[in-house]
Amino acid sequence: MARDLTKRREAPAPALGPKQTLRYWWNQLTSMRTALVLLFLLAIAAIPGSIVPQSSINPIKVDQFIANNPELGAFYEKVGMFHVYTSPWFSAIYLLLFISLIGCIIPRVVVYTKALRAEPVPTPKRLTRLKNHRTAQVEGSNDEALTRARTWLRRHRYRVGGSSNAAGDNTLSAERGYLREAGNLVFHISLILVLIGVATGSLYGYRGGAIVVVGQGFANVATQYDDMTSGARFETSDLPPFQIQVNDFDAQFEIGPVQTGAARVFRADVTVVDEPGADPRHELLEVNHPVKIGSTQVHLLGHGYAPVVTVRDGDGNVAWSGPVVFLPQDGNFTSLGVIKAFDAKPERLAFQATFLPTANIEQMGMFSQFPAPIRPVLAVNAFHGPPRDETGLPENVYSLNTDGLTQFTDGDDLWRKALEPGESVDLPDGQGSISFDRVERWVQLQISSTPGLEATGLAIALAVTGLCFSLFIRPRRLFVRVRDDGTVEVAGLDRADARLGLDGEVDALTAATTGHETEDRSGSPDEPDESTEGDPEYGEPHPTDN
Amino acid sequence: MENLSAWSDLAVITAMVLFIVALICHAAEWGSARTVASRATRETRVSTAQRRQRSLASVGAASQGTSTDTEADSPDDSGDSVADAAEEGLSARERRIEMAGRLGLNISVIATMSVVLGVVLRGIAAGRAPWGNMYEYTISAVAVIAIAHVVMAYVFKMRWQGLPVSLILSLSLGLAYTALYVDVAPLVPALTSPWFVIHIAGATVAGAAFNVGAVASILYLIRSNMERREKVSGYFTRMPSAEKLDAISYRIHAFAFPLWTFAVAAGAVWAQAAWGRFWGWDPKETFALVTWVIYACYMHARLTAGWKGKRAAIIAIIGLVSFWFNFYGVNLIFDGLHSYAGI
Repeated sequence: MARDLTKRREAPAPALGPKQTLRYWWNQLTSMRTALVLLFLLAIAAIPGSIVPQSSINPIKVDQFIANNPELGAFYEKVGMFHVYTSPWFSAIYLLLFISLIGCIIPRVVVYTKALRAEPVPTPKRLTRLKNHRTAQVEGSNDEALTRARTWLRRHRYRVGGSSNAAGDNTLSAERGYLREAGNLVFHISLILVLIGVATGSLYGYRGGAIVVVGQGFANVATQYDDMTSGARFETSDLPPFQIQVNDFDAQFEIGPVQTGAARVFRADVTVVDEPGADPRHELLEVNHPVKIGSTQVHLLGHGYAPVVTVRDGDGNVAWSGPVVFLPQDGNFTSLGVIKAFDAKPERLAFQATFLPTANIEQMGMFSQFPAPIRPVLAVNAFHGPPRDETGLPENVYSLNTDGLTQFTDGDDLWRKALEPGESVDLPDGQGSISFDRVERWVQLQISSTPGLEATGLAIALAVTGLCFSLFIRPRRLFVRVRDDGTVEVAGLDRADARLGLDGEVDALTAATTGHETEDRSGSPDEPDESTEGDPEYGEPHPTDN
Repeated sequence: MENLSAWSDLAVITAMVLFIVALICHAAEWGSARTVASRATRETRVSTAQRRQRSLASVGAASQGTSTDTEADSPDDSGDSVADAAEEGLSARERRIEMAGRLGLNISVIATMSVVLGVVLRGIAAGRAPWGNMYEYTISAVAVIAIAHVVMAYVFKMRWQGLPVSLILSLSLGLAYTALYVDVAPLVPALTSPWFVIHIAGATVAGAAFNVGAVASILYLIRSNMERREKVSGYFTRMPSAEKLDAISYRIHAFAFPLWTFAVAAGAVWAQAAWGRFWGWDPKETFALVTWVIYACYMHARLTAGWKGKRAAIIAIIGLVSFWFNFYGVNLIFDGLHSYAGI
C-alpha cells in the first residue's frame, strides 16, 4: 500500500534541520518497507497471546501459571504477557501500522481524485516500442477510423482521451480499471474504520455474566452480575432496565455410542420484560440464537445443576432451604458446591458437596458417568462450629473457609453420606439434618452490549468488497495512432501484472480501427507479462521487453 | 446411515491409495526426466532468453502430445553427428515421461471423484455439511485441492504440479484416516448455525488455494535458483519459467486472500452470534489473524522492490505453515473454543 521509496530514497544528509528530520522519519514510517516490517511484527507479536494464558480469556489459568512458574510468571507479568493484546508493545505495533497506513493513504487519495478528473496519459511517441503492438492500414478516411476506434473503446468501457499534432497524426489514449485503485483505497480506509469501530465498542461497551437458577429471574442491575468487564466510558447507570425470567431449560445429550455425552440441544425458555411496565414477551434462548433487548444481547453460554436442599439445625428449625448452584468440573457434570447454613443453632453448619447427575453405584466413584440426571446423587461432608459474628465481608459462595469449623466424624472415619432425591439424613449428635429435595438447573447468561457493532460489520463488508476490486479489476491502457498516410498503430499495456487477454484486445481494436472488424480473439496465449505494478508513473516500456 | 458412512470410508481409502499411485506415477515422470540435465547443461551455452523460450514451448507442447514434444526438443540436437541415435533415445524417454505424467493425472482424476464421493456420502450419512470435525474438514479440503489440481492440469496445462500436489493429498488423507478419524455424529449446538456452512466453506476453499499457491511458490524458488545458476535440469526443464511460476502463484494467492479475509470476517460474525463477541483472541482466531497478516505481507511484498520474487515466495510458504498450524496445531495443542469432539 505504501509508497515504494527505493527509487527516491536519498542518503540522509549529514546535517538535517528539525523539519527535514521529521520529514525523513515520516517518509520512513510511511514507506512500504516499514509497513512490511510492522505487518511481520504484528503477526509475531500476536502469537504469544495464544501460547501464554491470557487474563482476559482465562484468569484462573493465569493464576495457575504464576503458581507453577513463579519466576517466569513474574517476568511475564512485568512485560504484559498475560494481556498481550492490550499491552503497550502490541498496541504500539498496530498504532504505528495504522499511522503508516494513514500516511500513505492520504497522498494516494489525492493522486486518485486528480487522476479521476484527468484525461488518460498522452499516447507515447513510439507505440512500436510497447510489447503488444500492431500496425495496419486504414480503409477509408482517417476520421472514420478514429471514430470507429473511439466507439470501440467506449463500448469496452474505456475512458478515452486524444490529441492531434501539427504533422496530421491523430492519437487516442484510453484507460480502464480505475476501480482497482478505488477498491484498494476503500479497503485500507475500511480497515481504519474497523479499528475505530472496535475501539468504540470496547470503550462504551460491556460484557457480564450471571448465573440464574431455572424458575428465578435476572434484573439488569450491576449487583446481579457475577462478573463484568466494561469499557472506560461505560457507566453502570447506563444499563437498560430489563428483566429476564428463566422459565425452563432443556438440555439433551448424545446417548449413542459415538461422542457419548456430547451436548445436542441447549434451550432456555425465557420471559423478557424490556423495561418496567412493558409487556412480557416469550423468547427461546439458544446457543447461536441470542435474545436481543435493544442494543443489548443476551447469550446462553453454559448450564449446570443446582440441587435443592433443606438444612435443619439442632433446634429443629430450617436453617437453609433452596437451590444451591454447583459448578461443573468435567464434561459429565461432576459438580462441586458448598451449602452454608451459618444461621443454624446451637452451632452453625456447613457442607461440602459433590453432585453426580449419573452416579455409578457399583464403583461408588466420585465421578459422574453421564451429563443428564439419570441417577442423581448428592454426596456431602458436613462441618460444624461455634456461632460467628457477621462480618459483612463478601464471601465466595463456591468455596468454604473451614477455619473455626470441625468436620463431623463417624467413628474413626469422616462422616460422609450419599443422598438420592427425596432422601434425608440426620447429622451426628443431634446437630440437625440435611435433605436433598430435588435438583434444579441453572443457566449462565452473558449480557453484552457493543455499540457501533453494525458500523464495524459494514466496514468489514466494505473492506472485503474493496479488496476484491483491488485484486480483480484489470487496469489497462490502449493507444491508437492514425498517421496522416493512413497507417494505424495500436498498442496496449497492462498496469497490473499477470493479466490475460491483452493481445486479443489489441487485435480487436486494430480490426475495429482499420475497419476489418472480426470477432474478438480473446483468451489468446499471453506472454509472461512484464510486471508493472506499483509504478504510478508507468510510461515507457522496459527496454528488456523484446 | 451407518452403511453410507462405511461406503464413505471406503471411498476415502480408495482415494488415498489412488493418490499414492498417482504420486508414484509422477515420481516416475520426474525420474524419467532426471537425465535431461545433460541436455540442459548443453542448452545453457545458448542464450538465456532462448532457453527460457524453449522451456516454455516444450511445456506448451507437452500437453498436446508426444510427437510435437519431440519436435520441440529435437532442433537442439540437429547438427550433432550422433543426432539420430540421440533423437531416438530422446523420444523413447519423452514417451516414458509423457506416459507416466498422463497416467498420474488420470489416476488423480479417479481419486478426485472417489474423495468427492466420500465427502458427499459422509454428508448424507451425517445429514449435514460434512465439516463437523477435523477428519471431515480434512477430507473436504482434500476434495477441493484435488478438484483444483485436476481443473488446473487440464484447463491451464499445469500438470507439472502433479508430484507435490499428489504428495500433499495422499499425506493429508493418510493423516485424516489414521489420526483424525471419528465416526459420524451430529453437531454440538454451538455449530448449528448457517454461518457453519459459510465460514467453513470459505476457509476450506481459501485453504486449498493457499496449498496450491505455495506449491507454485516452492517450484518457483527452485526454478529461479536454477535459472540464476543457468542450470535448469531434470523435470524443471518441463515447467514454465520462474517468472511465469511467480505469476501463477500470485494469481492463486490473489484469489485466496480475499476469500480468507471473508472467511475470517464470517467467523467474527458467527462468534458475535454464538458468544456475544466478534473477536476474543481465542487461539484459532489469533492464528487466523496471523495467517491473514502473513498473506497481507505477501501481497505487499510483491509491490516492494527487493522483496518481490524470492522473498515474497518465502512469505507465501510461511503463510501456508501458519495456515496448517492454525488447522492442526491449534486444535491439538491449545484448548480453545474451536476444539470440538476431542479432535
